[in-house]
Amino acid sequence: MRNPLSDKAVGLKPSGIRKFFDIVNEMDDVISLSVGEPDFDTPWHIRDEGIYSLEKGRTFYTSNAGLKELKEEICNYLKRKQGVEYNPLNEVFVTVGGSEGIDAAMRAMLNPGDEVLIPQPSFVSYEPCAVLAGGVPVIIELKEENEFRLTAQELEQAITDKTKLLVLPFPNNPTGAIMEKKDLEEIAEVIIKNDIYVMSDEIYAELTYKDKHVSIAEIPGMKERAILINGFSKAYAMTGWRLGYACGPKEIIAQMLKIHQFAIMCAPTTSQYAAVEALRNGDEDVAQMREEYNQRRRYLLYAFKEMGIKCFEPFGAFYVFPSIKEFGMTSDEFATRFLQEEKVAAVPGTAFGDCGEGFLRISYAYSLDNLKIAMGRLADFVERLRKEQKG
Amino acid sequence: MREKILTVIERNSRIDTKELSVILGVEEIDIVNELAALESEGIICGYHTLIDWEKTSIEKVTALIEVRVTPQRGQGFDSIAERIYKYPEVTSVYLISGGFDLLVTLEGKSLKEISGFVSDKLSTLDTVLSTATHFILKKYKDHGTILAKKYEDTREKVTP
Repeated sequence: MRNPLSDKAVGLKPSGIRKFFDIVNEMDDVISLSVGEPDFDTPWHIRDEGIYSLEKGRTFYTSNAGLKELKEEICNYLKRKQGVEYNPLNEVFVTVGGSEGIDAAMRAMLNPGDEVLIPQPSFVSYEPCAVLAGGVPVIIELKEENEFRLTAQELEQAITDKTKLLVLPFPNNPTGAIMEKKDLEEIAEVIIKNDIYVMSDEIYAELTYKDKHVSIAEIPGMKERAILINGFSKAYAMTGWRLGYACGPKEIIAQMLKIHQFAIMCAPTTSQYAAVEALRNGDEDVAQMREEYNQRRRYLLYAFKEMGIKCFEPFGAFYVFPSIKEFGMTSDEFATRFLQEEKVAAVPGTAFGDCGEGFLRISYAYSLDNLKIAMGRLADFVERLRKEQKG
Repeated sequence: MREKILTVIERNSRIDTKELSVILGVEEIDIVNELAALESEGIICGYHTLIDWEKTSIEKVTALIEVRVTPQRGQGFDSIAERIYKYPEVTSVYLISGGFDLLVTLEGKSLKEISGFVSDKLSTLDTVLSTATHFILKKYKDHGTILAKKYEDTREKVTP
């Protein structure tokens, strides 16, 4: 028989997180700190709108780009929160989660051989999506001493004459790093000077704990070079609804929409009706969840300090990224032993890029009680490791 | 800070001041002072425990009683409310808008004890025009906490 498989698909590295998932899944009573989604339920009024739309029989396709009222609410929201104005008619469309937006942006923008700059550690999809779209991923290794921000210098050094697109993953999963206005202004200068584009994945935009999130599209001269990816999963605890959106210059959005039209048709209708409610009446829910995440974040940083574990202070998303370098183990070894000996699952930093070596991603999308038990176990584990090192 | 402290301790009054200071990112001494102020101003009125008596072997019956009364000149509903809330078996008294005036919550050991209280003590008060007693059969949710079902984390254990 002929080989049924595409070389491209076979060539993709399997997700590092998958292997870990299989181990965790076979164990009982594990406390997991490995989840990349909110622990909150979708606020009831949003779910209620979804249910209501089903009751009314809104069970058909929507237009390819999404419900008109949803696109309008998205634009209102971005104007209200970010001060960026998009035209709901041709500068925005509704996607199946942020993930689809990432894929569609790459496919709409890349020609064979175009280089895509991907700062890491970062979300697992960028690299394979770039490859599938015919691009060449070029990794920028972010550094702890810069609090895992992307600096203008790092960007400048990675740019070649083949560079087409920069992926900007902030607030960042897995590090929790953010880019503040001055950081964005600095890289914007490099972006404009070198005439490249940006795909800014701002799915965690609502979850920042310092100042309000700043979008790269707010920086003068950047809106025409930026594709903004966002969605409902993290802000409104709506991961399972699979709903996101992409905004950008109408020429790029038109091509992304064409791909979306053929590959997806439209985002789930029920989810779209629920999302309208989220944008209209969800600000208070978001504020409450943000406050709770922030409390947990502060607790974890305190717990690490008490244990003497090095961790920079992250101001975004719901992850902390402590360093485990002092224990002389790889992230994988540390995470595996921590899991086997203390039954706590935290994802090795290397699942998000090679430069995640020496770090662990700890999610705080868990109740404080849960986190306290887990930190108690981490303290025991760390103490044991330090004794081993001495002895 | 006040609102944040209150929001946290409304759900968990056992949290200690050290932990409050950690999660709210303020000095512990400020928490201590603020709590003292909240107590002395009567904003924090007590630190109670939410108990699901159903799960114990102790018999308890709770009733909600709608009470219609004649307000008194110069005192409105206050003195009649006071007359009612002084009974130790009364756990709460609210002045209510709408079809009746006072909503009284009553706790007793049995239906008999409660009906005895209503007929002997409550109904016989001069200003009480009528009462309607509702017995609570099951508490699904109380003080914002779901009693009927335990929280279960149904997420996948590891996700990117």
